[in-house]
Amino acid sequence: MDTLNIFKTMEYGPAPESRSDADQWLASFDHTFGHYIDGTFWTSKKPVYFNTINPANGELLAQISTGTKEDVNLAVKAAQTAQNDWSKSGGFNRARFLYAIARSIQKHARILAVLETLDNGKPIRETRDIDIPLVARHFYFHAGMAQIGDSELADRVPFGVCGQIIPWNFPLLMLAWKIAPAIALGNTVVLKPSEHTPLTSLFFAHMLSEIQLPPGVVNIVTGDGETGEYIVQHPKVQKLAFTGSTSVGKRITSLAAEQNKSLTLELGGKSPFIVCSDADLDSAVEGIVDAIWLNQGEVCCAGSRLLVQEAIAETFLKKVRQRMDTLRVGSPLDKSIDIGTIISHEQRQNISQMVALGKSENGQIYQPETNIPVEGFFYPPTLISGLTPSSVLMREEIFGPVLVSMTFRTHEEAIRLANNSRYGLAASIWSENINTALEIAHEIESGVVWINTTNEFDAACGFGGYKESGFGREGGWEGIYYYTKSKPPKAQKHISTTGRKDIPKELSLPIIDQTQKNYIAGKKARPDSGYSLPVFNPQGNIVGRIGKGNRKDVRNAVEAANSGKSWKHTSLYNRSQILFYMAENLSMRSNEFADRLQLQTTYNHVEAMHEVQSSIEVLFYFASWADKFDGKIHRVSNNKTVMAVNEPLGTVGVVCPDNFPLLGFVSMVASLISMGNRCIVVPSESSPLSSIDFTQIIDTSDVPNGVINVVTGIHSDLVDPMVKHDGINAVWYAGHSDLYIQVNKLSIGNLKRIWILENNLNFWYSPISAYGKEFLKHSVEVKNIWIPYGE
Amino acid sequence: MAKEQTPIETERLVGSTIDILAPKESPSDQLIPLLKRNQGIDLETDLIAKIQVNCSAVERRTNTLKNRRTVKSHWQTAWLIKAITLMDLTTLAGDDTTGRVQRLAAKALNPVSNAILKELQIDGFPVKVGAVCVYHEMIAEALKSLENTGIPVAAVSTGFPAGQTPFYLRLAEIKESVSKGANEIDVVIPRRHVLTEKWQALYNEIHSFKEACGQAKMKVIIATGELGTLRNIAKTSMVCMMAGADFIKTSTGKESVNATLPVSLVMVRTIRSYFELTGNRVGFKPAGGISKAKESLQYLMLIKEELGNRWLEPDLFRFGASSLLNDIERQLEHLATGRYSASYRHPQG
Repeated sequence: MDTLNIFKTMEYGPAPESRSDADQWLASFDHTFGHYIDGTFWTSKKPVYFNTINPANGELLAQISTGTKEDVNLAVKAAQTAQNDWSKSGGFNRARFLYAIARSIQKHARILAVLETLDNGKPIRETRDIDIPLVARHFYFHAGMAQIGDSELADRVPFGVCGQIIPWNFPLLMLAWKIAPAIALGNTVVLKPSEHTPLTSLFFAHMLSEIQLPPGVVNIVTGDGETGEYIVQHPKVQKLAFTGSTSVGKRITSLAAEQNKSLTLELGGKSPFIVCSDADLDSAVEGIVDAIWLNQGEVCCAGSRLLVQEAIAETFLKKVRQRMDTLRVGSPLDKSIDIGTIISHEQRQNISQMVALGKSENGQIYQPETNIPVEGFFYPPTLISGLTPSSVLMREEIFGPVLVSMTFRTHEEAIRLANNSRYGLAASIWSENINTALEIAHEIESGVVWINTTNEFDAACGFGGYKESGFGREGGWEGIYYYTKSKPPKAQKHISTTGRKDIPKELSLPIIDQTQKNYIAGKKARPDSGYSLPVFNPQGNIVGRIGKGNRKDVRNAVEAANSGKSWKHTSLYNRSQILFYMAENLSMRSNEFADRLQLQTTYNHVEAMHEVQSSIEVLFYFASWADKFDGKIHRVSNNKTVMAVNEPLGTVGVVCPDNFPLLGFVSMVASLISMGNRCIVVPSESSPLSSIDFTQIIDTSDVPNGVINVVTGIHSDLVDPMVKHDGINAVWYAGHSDLYIQVNKLSIGNLKRIWILENNLNFWYSPISAYGKEFLKHSVEVKNIWIPYGE
Repeated sequence: MAKEQTPIETERLVGSTIDILAPKESPSDQLIPLLKRNQGIDLETDLIAKIQVNCSAVERRTNTLKNRRTVKSHWQTAWLIKAITLMDLTTLAGDDTTGRVQRLAAKALNPVSNAILKELQIDGFPVKVGAVCVYHEMIAEALKSLENTGIPVAAVSTGFPAGQTPFYLRLAEIKESVSKGANEIDVVIPRRHVLTEKWQALYNEIHSFKEACGQAKMKVIIATGELGTLRNIAKTSMVCMMAGADFIKTSTGKESVNATLPVSLVMVRTIRSYFELTGNRVGFKPAGGISKAKESLQYLMLIKEELGNRWLEPDLFRFGASSLLNDIERQLEHLATGRYSASYRHPQG
């Protein structure tokens, strides 16, 4: 090579990372892999193989087994058998194994990085400097969680067997995010890596044998979507976690609906990257490189939607284009490469089609004249500017190195445009003004917000989405709650139900007629249908009439609730006061409410008073928590603070249980509004009168209009329009079990957060002792706001 | 474990051609032989006020840049030779003597032993450093030792390193060094004007220095370690370029913190902004604290990435360093022989 010529051109030259150790390892398995089940690699008698290739040149790397139903059954069985011992073995024991895994990752760091790059096509710089170190960090963090879990999480128990399905974009990192928290807390796991990128998962399995993790604690079954569905539908899998596309996430929700499994979904995104005119523009440009040209843009939280303030748009886009010219696309194993290859031919075609669509939408397309290898599935970095909110490209995920952009005028408009999306995974805000940055950070609907930085991850910080970007969090304390459930409380002493006494005296007198209407936007509203329904007592006598609500009443209630958004911004002190005041007002009328309960149920006076008193205590409980259910501060490093903020879900549909007509209503409503949510409540079907009476308490307790709305009627009539309404963000369902599946399935449209509450005495009479925190956790989403600092 | 033995076929999927939709912009950094000298512009205080620098984002860029690029084998050789040609070999000590300066000049002319160059198959190539940098009293000796070599002599000036001597004396010092024959003058700024945000006063002083320099190149040392914030560093860099700096330089080498990558990134980005504003290219000189061959490569990569190849020439980039050369020599010997060298095997400067 002509050194003097290089001296003149100052080119970088090739800098390939060696792959010989990785090749040796593949050869040691004859390039053919079985599943890892019960602590050993296992192949069925008639295995069906599929190929995993190197997307940079199409070379066949290995043959991988397609998991059959029998394979999955075996894996689940192994996990189930191992779970009890694993869970009982104690935090210290599990911590030792997680620590060994973390150490082992570090010992094998380079071969893991090379394997990942070979299988996925992302640059070795990223696997070496980002993926693998984060994997080790995740196991260290959760080794700690296992250690302190016995004391700090004494009120939580593991789910049992977790089914986990992970994508191809961060293969080993997603494995770590799934497996570490699950096994730290005593679950066991059946995990399926993507059919595109199974190699690091298999190496990981190989490592588990080395450290002698007890057989069955982690099982890895390879295969495609069909294998995944066997895991999803397996009745012994109690918890499902999936990372991948929103469409597959919806399919999994639908498959899991009938079994009512706990679900964590981390799905797609169209994350806004907001550049204000007072930002450090050069740094923001570099932020864009890390946001959309990390991992070829195949990142769920990629800052793919650039919103730039009109005043600086032209200057900024020019800088972006200049920066694109120096990006190097090429062999992923080269240490001086910024952008590797797309995962597959199909994926690259999708990207090409989206870019062509951008052209037809009058977007200005810029691609630098970078050398692109002919082999493989490479795609150049692309900027499409001049789009509008109605452009398909501003709305749909591209999942490639394509940045789309449009302008905004004011911060308020930036927030509105950012939230104008069905997704809500992440956001990046660039401004040197702390007021601007923090305001936007709090107003944006997304699970992660990065201020003057982007694509930062740490095991101590939760990650996950709002809206159709999924639900649940991974990482940090937040993540732990999604791999554990509340320990059931000791059984309550059953209150005797000796049959009802006589109708109270005053009600035996002729009474003034009462008309029970819906309660919408702070007003009594006649039901749209014009029909009413009789309310019977257990003896079958009519004791009142309620409105027969229909979908229009639900629609009106959603409109009312969504106009009451200021509740979210009401001070915590004020919310707390209002809840206390409701308790006070209920207490003044406790006899009357007790009588009404007696009228509708088999309660005697003592039992009815017990429910009223419990309701008052519940109001006190949530009033107390209203200003105390704080988030957390994570200190990630000496110049980075991450605020984990609890935010309300928005508008929540509530379906009350038939039993506990007052307590059920009050517990759900009080918890939700204490955290800033608005709700639309369908009262108990059989005993709805107490809820309607309660609207008078609402009226006299300074609750703003629209925060609580009540629509009465038949549950099966109202559940459908409620769960299908995209203006409702979550549904808490405590009604009849025959509607569970319908609720789960209908929620898929906008991926509502669904909480199916138990319907037994033990549950409703223990909110304070056992389930109070569970109510609160279901009332909020956690947003992690990353704030680096320093001058 | 039962495994099916299936022979591996090597499949090759050939990627289809990609539609490049945008035309290539004309490359902005074609090599040009002569540099248009920066004459400066009027001070634009609005522009100064708008300058923003985010420290943690700058640090993230410099931390990852180190791992985004690397050069190996022949490329590393070429890049290290490049680093030598961009070096201001410096001696700025109270005990400098003519003898010391003679030795330094000899090293400047033969920075790498011929044996190594021969081994690297570049022995015909005249490798010499960018300049020799001395105090005023040493100018004459440096000029004499470097006569007819084409290596310029730079002199530090204006009450170096603190710049706290009377203004008229600082001007006189420049003129004195220029009349002695110094080709380049490294001036220091009064840091107090930055810390009290008196941009006009700073501009005026630097502007006067420039006039005093005449045909000599003015390198302005902004003493980044004493300016407090990266934002101040960017603003100071911009004011100095507006006032006519031919080079901006990080440090005197006497502050407690000298050249760092974050500081350099901020300064070169400001150079780029000034180029976009005026069309004038201003040079950059990181000085102090760069002593390892690997670090020198990181600086060259920073420049290549942020400013382009045009800035990798001695008229636009210099290292201010005294012990860096020795480490580069050792690295070159390793590239030549595959053996790691000891510093005593290379002739001292």
